[in-house]
Amino acid sequence: MLDATVSILFLGLAYAMILYIISVGLSVTMGLMGFVNLAHGAFAMAGGYITVTMMNRYGVPFGAALLLAFILVALLSVVLERTLYARLYGAGELEQVLFTIGLVFMSVAVVRKLWGPLPQPIALPAVLSGQIDLGFRTFPTYRSFLIAFSLLLTLLLWLGIERTNFGARLRASVDNRRMAESLGINTRRLFTLSFALGSGLAALGGGLGADILAIYPGYAMEYLVYFLMVVAVGGLGSIRGPFVAALLLGIGDTACKYLVPELGAFFIYLAMIGLLLWRPAGLFGRA
Amino acid sequence: MAGDSAVEHFIRAHRLRLIELLPWALAVLGYFEFEDYLPLGSQILIMILFALSLDLVLGYAGIVTLGHAAFFGVGAYAAGIYSVHASGEPLSGLLVGGLAAAAVGLVSGAVILRTKGLTLLMLTLAVASLLSAAANDAGFITGGNDGLQGVAIDPILGAFSFDLFGRVAYLYCLVVLFVAWLFVRRLVHSPFGRSLVGIRENVVRMHAIGAPVRRRLLTVYTISAGLAGIAGALLTQTTQFVGLTVLSFERSGAIVIILVLGGAGRLYGAFVGATLYMIAQDQLAEMDPIFWDFWIGLLLVLIVLFARGGVLGLADQVRLVIRRNR
Repeated sequence: MLDATVSILFLGLAYAMILYIISVGLSVTMGLMGFVNLAHGAFAMAGGYITVTMMNRYGVPFGAALLLAFILVALLSVVLERTLYARLYGAGELEQVLFTIGLVFMSVAVVRKLWGPLPQPIALPAVLSGQIDLGFRTFPTYRSFLIAFSLLLTLLLWLGIERTNFGARLRASVDNRRMAESLGINTRRLFTLSFALGSGLAALGGGLGADILAIYPGYAMEYLVYFLMVVAVGGLGSIRGPFVAALLLGIGDTACKYLVPELGAFFIYLAMIGLLLWRPAGLFGRA
Repeated sequence: MAGDSAVEHFIRAHRLRLIELLPWALAVLGYFEFEDYLPLGSQILIMILFALSLDLVLGYAGIVTLGHAAFFGVGAYAAGIYSVHASGEPLSGLLVGGLAAAAVGLVSGAVILRTKGLTLLMLTLAVASLLSAAANDAGFITGGNDGLQGVAIDPILGAFSFDLFGRVAYLYCLVVLFVAWLFVRRLVHSPFGRSLVGIRENVVRMHAIGAPVRRRLLTVYTISAGLAGIAGALLTQTTQFVGLTVLSFERSGAIVIILVLGGAGRLYGAFVGATLYMIAQDQLAEMDPIFWDFWIGLLLVLIVLFARGGVLGLADQVRLVIRRNR
């Protein structure tokens, strides 16, 4: 029993970390500009495909492939943001939803055309395969690495948001955009930067989690619901909220699938409805 | 005076114009001209009804939902289960589908319509996902992943049995859609329908003048759910099968796309959008099964960037330009 609990916590934690890395950018996008970006999952999918292709086809090492995915998707997102997204700031929710669903459709079709419908296998480096002995029991190395790496990334992100000038300006803009603007903060540029960072992180998460969330054309739609759940439950524009929400979702989902496999997804949606009714603005959001 | 003409506009709006009969003339013409495509025709009519139900909620009341397939699916399953376990009589099956969906709409609406914005969007999505998971889990009654087998439908009114060519199915869908259209048309031109537009345009003002906003929204949500359920029941009865896709996120997304493609909040957007979308899907999927959704996506992006009112909105603009140049 204890062993099962440890397993659930461990697997759930690894899953939660991936969800967080991918979703945190979405939270900032929605919080800062109020933009409902359903194409966020497509950025994660793009990152996954870039990582897998670089490794399998060109023999690029895992780390370099991830970095490449981060940079390429961040650049792509800046182009998209400047040319297309920017036209829809201040438009209605419906327009934003439709526009980004359109992008998802296009990305799914392109990916299916280029890579086919099957999931892409990822060949992890030898260092990350197998088991690691932590004294009291062994754990899968890849997932252990995932947890450690993501925690480090989260710490960096937290330091960046809480302790740097950039972070202070970002927080100010999320809190009150007009006030921030009248203090001379260029929120447009700030937003482009954080949009790029968030999309890059999504790509990184997509590549990093390729062994947990399989890379296939349905990715952008299927997991989108999970990313949105993390953001909605966590609270918009928050860095801490999605972290707690990702932990709840990751561990809860894993536990449900393990303990009551036949009813797993049902409980997750029920819990989400309950949480959102209890706190409509999310756990850490401001109503 | 501008005020007078506005009042006259409202007084006249509910009167039937000749052009409003055009879709029906085309539908009857389609029955005789495109005999080989009648099954597709039935699908189009069902999607029109589904889109029409969404128009009440999204177009008129301005509730953005990504979970309308919940009601379509509940109607489809209710009608299917009714035919398997109770009776194959089609009209009572429609009623069962509609009532079941309306009940789900009433209960879920009472809970989630208290929220707004992204939270509401997520809750509509969560309700549909919840029902989809439930339908998957409750395999003993829904057939789970394999779908519900053994749906058999008796002849309509005991006289018209469903034929292989889909003739009866097409006419059946057409008659149901016509009745639903009469009802929805009456509804949107009624004071109730006008108050929905008021809520969409300025909810604060509607609160201020004492309109029971939440009750109106719940009412229209329930009615819309019932209509969506009837559309779902029609699908079950004409295809004699129910699968999990009736509740899918893709279906919820597609119906929003269909409505916006035609033009939301205009009553006839559903007709134009569903027809264009279903025919485009049929043709594109045949020409290029791997790549067809790229074009749907591109179309969506272009609509949002350049033609917010959909096809009918574009038609209005063209008419305006012509009138100005005269």
